[in-house]
This record gives sequence, structure tokens and C-alpha cells, in this order.
Amino acid sequence: MKRIFFSLLALGIVFGLITTALHKNSSEGTPLARLKEGHKTKAKPSVEHSLFPQLKKTFTRPQEVTAACISCHNGRAAEVMHSTHWNWERTEYIEGKGIRPIGKRNVLNNFCIGISGNEQSCNRCHIGYGYADATFDFNDSLNVDCLVCHDNSGTYVKQTGGAGLPDPSVDLSKVAQNVGRPARTNCGACHFFGGGGNNVKHGDLEEAEFEPSRDVDVHMASEGPDMVCVDCHTAEKHQMLGKMYSVSSMNRNRVECESCHSTMPHSDDVLNKHMLKVACQTCHIPIYAKVNPTKLHWDWSTAGKLRDGKPFEEKDSSGTDVYMSIKGSFIWGKKLKPEYIWFNGSASHYLIGDTLDPSRPVKMNELFGSYDDPDAKIYPVKIHRADQIYDTGYGYLIQPKTVSTRPGDGGYWSEFNWQRAAEEGMKQVHLPYSGHFGFVETEMYWPVNHMVSPKEQAVGCTECHTRNNGRLASLTGFYIPGRNYSSWVEYLGWGILALTLAAAVLHGTIRILISRNRKEI
Amino acid sequence: MKKEYVYRAFERFWHWTQAALIIFLGVTGFEIHGSIRFFGFDQAVRYHNFAAISFLVLIVFAIFWHFTTGEWRQYVPTWENLRAQAEYYVFGIFRNVPHPTRKTSLSKLNPLQKLVYAGLKVLVIPIMVVSGLLYMFYRYPQRYEVLSLNVGGLEIIAVLHTIGAFLLASFFIAHLYLVTTGRTVTSNLKAMVTGYEELEAGPVEKKAQPVLHEPVLSE
Ligand code: HEM
Repeated sequence: MKRIFFSLLALGIVFGLITTALHKNSSEGTPLARLKEGHKTKAKPSVEHSLFPQLKKTFTRPQEVTAACISCHNGRAAEVMHSTHWNWERTEYIEGKGIRPIGKRNVLNNFCIGISGNEQSCNRCHIGYGYADATFDFNDSLNVDCLVCHDNSGTYVKQTGGAGLPDPSVDLSKVAQNVGRPARTNCGACHFFGGGGNNVKHGDLEEAEFEPSRDVDVHMASEGPDMVCVDCHTAEKHQMLGKMYSVSSMNRNRVECESCHSTMPHSDDVLNKHMLKVACQTCHIPIYAKVNPTKLHWDWSTAGKLRDGKPFEEKDSSGTDVYMSIKGSFIWGKKLKPEYIWFNGSASHYLIGDTLDPSRPVKMNELFGSYDDPDAKIYPVKIHRADQIYDTGYGYLIQPKTVSTRPGDGGYWSEFNWQRAAEEGMKQVHLPYSGHFGFVETEMYWPVNHMVSPKEQAVGCTECHTRNNGRLASLTGFYIPGRNYSSWVEYLGWGILALTLAAAVLHGTIRILISRNRKEI
Repeated sequence: MKKEYVYRAFERFWHWTQAALIIFLGVTGFEIHGSIRFFGFDQAVRYHNFAAISFLVLIVFAIFWHFTTGEWRQYVPTWENLRAQAEYYVFGIFRNVPHPTRKTSLSKLNPLQKLVYAGLKVLVIPIMVVSGLLYMFYRYPQRYEVLSLNVGGLEIIAVLHTIGAFLLASFFIAHLYLVTTGRTVTSNLKAMVTGYEELEAGPVEKKAQPVLHEPVLSE
């Protein structure tokens, strides 16, 4: 009997050891290795555009280039005109508000606030030509700007304040002959500079992404897979995959890490288990704004100070703007730990005309989710906080007119008069202005998705599994091993342990003393 | 006095492996719990999970052994002499009075031991195993596995597991001390190492629990 036991036991142990040993070895053929393999070869253009006679000529207007493109790429402009890049609006269902068309066209943010009345300047980043005011014709395919996305010469720039038209210095013929798949510079020219400067808005999208090191971005680093934006943000009929919750609400059309990395990317089961409640980004983007600072706080209420009647700017020692007469005061941050929230993929928005409660921060885009929500996971976010103008009479946010195109039009950036800016801005959005304004705190949520770090830099266990103010300290109401405990059990447990120890020591001491006495007798 | 074979090979193997595993599980467990730092959290989790599986394997063998040898009867609690045994530890031991119960290979546990060990076997260890396995395979009931088992969160599981861990730790301290209260300070320890112990000779007056099979004394 005994022999059988021991042989079985030994067999069991050997079997166990072998299975665990086999479980994790050989990195070849792992999903990650296969992904890396797939990115070794880069797509090459299938044709040489510089040979086409249609493009070998001088173009006087950018619309002529579009016409040349369309002459071969039949139907593509129509696709573009269905895209959010073109329409700056899409129909979304917003919980509690119903089905609404929302997008850059009509949503407010807490940076430069909104485009209405300011199109001439803001719409430099529209993928069209001449979206200078609300009367822009969204049905004219000749106004589609093919070049801003497809220029591979690196020389195409849109004119400042030009409502999307190219800078007059651009050699359109050269650009037209050098078109191809969008490069980082095409996307980055707009998406890295949102909010009026590098990295102002996102914190994880900035000019460092043009040539990032591996530490900054494992995906885009040239010493890594050297991926470009459109490798993940793929497009079907010019409809890009991915969107931002600053301008959209529904849980759809998202770029998911899992679509390449699968839902079980780790060899360790304990880590895979985390993926039910923790988004990949939460551990794999330990810090954002890795290279250049991002704006964290914008106080519009201090705007308008003048020196000798003139607007001025103040910079801190690192050369970052901390005050601008036209915009107010800023707080920036670099190498930041994100804040963390529960997020289920759907969001709400402050919509123009919604009444607000000035006693607490207005959420410009509330991201939904909670621990109990089966679809929610913990996500990293940048929260941008601001003090921005609102109508104290009607109790809603004001769309101010900031950009001035002609004297006396009320544009705050040349007149520094909030009354006028509010009056003129509200006319653009067809809402009454009471004549009284104040400043209210607002918050805007920016999920942090880019600048994924090498795995060695991923957030370590004890950054959350700790009792001392870990990364998830602000998310309460659920149990994290190592963070949570029952204080009752803690008191009783240590109490019983201490009593037991004391009893043993006491008992033993008495025994020793007594036995000594006995020997002495 | 007569040298008797009290703890057989498997029993000793089981005892020491179990001791090592429980100490190890305790150290790694309390590291996960946040009370101590030793291996580092990630290693503690990995080691704890591995040791837990080993512990389960050992438990399966131990259960098998208890039943096939009938040794489980040693652990059936009894009122008989329970009070006397308690009084012995509180008073008698200091006056050098002999143990109220006699240890034989057929009845090696005193009534207090029977009670405590039975408690461990039917209560604390099962709590640890069940809560531990639930902890390990907890998958957020709203999703995928364990759908029917609608536990709202880890909390209940983890707190039960922690209570059990504290009980085991206290037992461990008491046990270490009580080891020294045998016939001599080291006689219990020696017995569990070698299997042999000097026991009082002569017929047993107190009725020992009948044992199904005659234990194999030498092999
Ligand atoms: C078969 C037996 C056992 C199993 C299956 C088991 C399993 C587990 C698991 C899965 C965890 C959570 C670790 C994690 O976060 O991944 C855990 C935690 C823990 N274990 Fe065990 N364990 C067992 C036995 C023990 C024993 C014998 C002790 C103590 C002597 C112990 C003490 C602890 C403690 C203190 C924690 C931390 C609880 C908390 O703070 O939430 N475990 N155990």
C-alpha cells in the first residue's frame, strides 16, 4: 500500500513539474512574435504618381488637384464625404439625451471651446477647402482636400486662418506627384496640435510621435515595428477606425488592442484574468506626456490683461506658455500618471444649451461605467480641467467668438471684451444671451490610448495592489487583493495571534521557572 | 517504557510537507494580503498559487490515507477527559503530574488535540481550500464562467480566506509551543521525525478507538 502511495505521489509531482515547465517556454510562435513578423515588411505604393500626365502640370487652385484625383479615383470623394473627417458630425445615441447629431461642428470643449463663429481659424484642420462659416457646402466634392492626408512629400501645409486652404507657398504640383498612404506627419499635423499647440489636448499624441524612441511608443518606434497611425486606424471606404470621446458617444468603431493582441495576450493566467476588468492601456501606458508637456488646466477667467494696451504672453523656465492675454492661464504637466475611471465605452456630452449647475464642475463629456457594469473596465484618462465662460442668467455655457476676421466683429482675441464675444458667439449658435456672464469649472475626459510602453515598463503589481495610496486609490467600493481588507478581521486576527503568542511565552516561562526550582531543591 | 512505532512513513511525510506548505502559503499569503514584504507581490502570487495546488494534491493523498488506514478515527472528538486534559495544561503540567491520557500508537491524540485537529480538518482547511479555489477561479460572475455562482465580488471570498489564514497562523504558534509539552521537551519532535517514541508500556486501560486495520508497524 505504502509503495503505491509514494509512487503515485512521485508520479504526480513529476507530472506537475513537467506541465509547468512546458507551460512557458519558447517565445517563437507566440502571438506577439507573429505580430512582429507581420510588421517587418512595409507596404509599397503600387503606382508611381509622378509619371501621370494629369499630375504633371501646374495647379493654381487646390480644387484643381482634387479634380485630377477624382478623374482616376472615381467615387472616392463621395466616400470621404460620408466620413466624420469631412462632416465633423455623426448621429449618435446619447444616454439620457436621445439620438443627436454631434461632432466638432456643434460640441463644446474646454480648450478653445467651439468652432462656431471661429471657423476661419479652427477649420484649418478640416479636410476640406474653405469651411469658413456655417454656410460651407458639404456637398461639393471639389472641396475635398485629398492632399492633407495623402501628401508624402512632407511639404503640404494648410494656411493659418485659411479655413482649410493650403498655404500659398505650397507647390501643389510637387505634392500631387508625391501622394501615397498617409504617414504619421499627415495625421499628426492636425491630431498632435489640437487645442492650439503641440500636445495641448491629448497628452498621448504629440510631435514626439513623429520619431518616437521605444520607451515613448513601442508600436511606432523605428527600433520596433515602426508602425504608422493607419496601421491601427485602418480605413474601409475612407471611414477610419477609431474615434475620440471628446466628439462621440457610442461604443462602436473603436480601435481595440485585442484585435491584434487577442483577449489572452499574456502567458500568465493571473494577468489574463485582469483583462476582464482592466483595460490594456491601464498597465501598459504607465505615464503619458512622456516627452513634452500637455495642458492640464486652463483658466479662461484671467484672460484679457494687457500691457500698454497690448496683449502679451508669459512663459515658464522651460519655454511653455503659462499666460496668454488671449486665452488666460495654463497649468501643464509632463511625465504624468493618468487618472483612472470605470468606462464601458459610452459617453454623454454637454450639448449647447444644456443647463448647468455652477456649484460643481460641468462634465463636458462624461464617460460612463462602474465596477458593477459588466461592460466596464478600468481605463487611464487625462482629465483636463478649466474655468470657462457661461451665461449666469440662462445657466448654460457660452460659445464665445474668439477669432476675429474683421474689425468690430466681437472676436475676443483682438477686442478682449467678453460681453461682445459672448453676444456675437451666441448669435452663431442661435441661443439668447442674458447679458451676464461668469466662469464655471469644467472637466473633460481624454482616454489615454497611445504611447504604449515596452512591457518591462508596464505598471507593476504593487502600484495598485498596495495599501498606501496606489494608482487605483480613487476607485473604491470593490475588493483589490493587497489593497483592501476587513479591519475587523485585521484587529481580531492580529489580536488572536498576539494572545496565542503571549500565552505560549507565559506558559513556557512558568514551566522553565518551576523546573529550575525543582532542580535547585 | 517501550519504544513504539507511532508515526508511519506516509504520516510523517504528510505532516512535514503540510507544515512546509502551510508556512509557505502563510508567508506568501500574508504578502499578498499586504502585511509583510518578502518575495515581492508578483512572486508571492505565483508561489502561493503553485503551493496551493501542491497542497491540494497532498490533501487528496492524505484523505485517501486517512480512510484506507482508518486513521481518521483518531480524530473523532470526544468529551471523555477533555476537561482533564485542559486542566492538565493549566495546572497539572506545572506540578509535573503525568498526562491524564496515555499516548499509544492506537490512540495518539489527546482529547484536546482531537478537538483542534478535527476542527482544522473539517472546518479551517476546507474553508481555505474552498475560498482559495474560488479566489483562484473567480471570473467576475457577470461574465463567462461561474455564471450561476453570483458572488458580487471578491470581498467575501477574500475575507473568509484571510480569517482562515489567521486561524492557521495562531494554530501554528500554539502547535510549535505544545510540541515541547510531551514526555520530555523534544520527545514529540523526535517522534514525528523518526516515527518512534518512548511510550508507557503495559496494557491500555482507557478504551482506545477501534482501528479498522491493524496498522502495519514495520515494513
Ligand atoms: C489549497 C489551499 C489554498 C488555495 C487554493 C489558496 C489560494 C489563494 C489565492 C488564489 C489567493 C489570492 C492570490 C491572488 O491575489 O492571486 C490567496 C490569498 C491568500 N492566501 Fe491562500 N490559498 C490556499 C491556502 C492558504 C493557506 C493555507 C494560507 C495561510 C496559512 C493562505 C493565506 C492566504 C492569504 C493571507 C491571502 C491573502 C488574502 C487577501 O488579503 O485577500 N492561503 N490564496
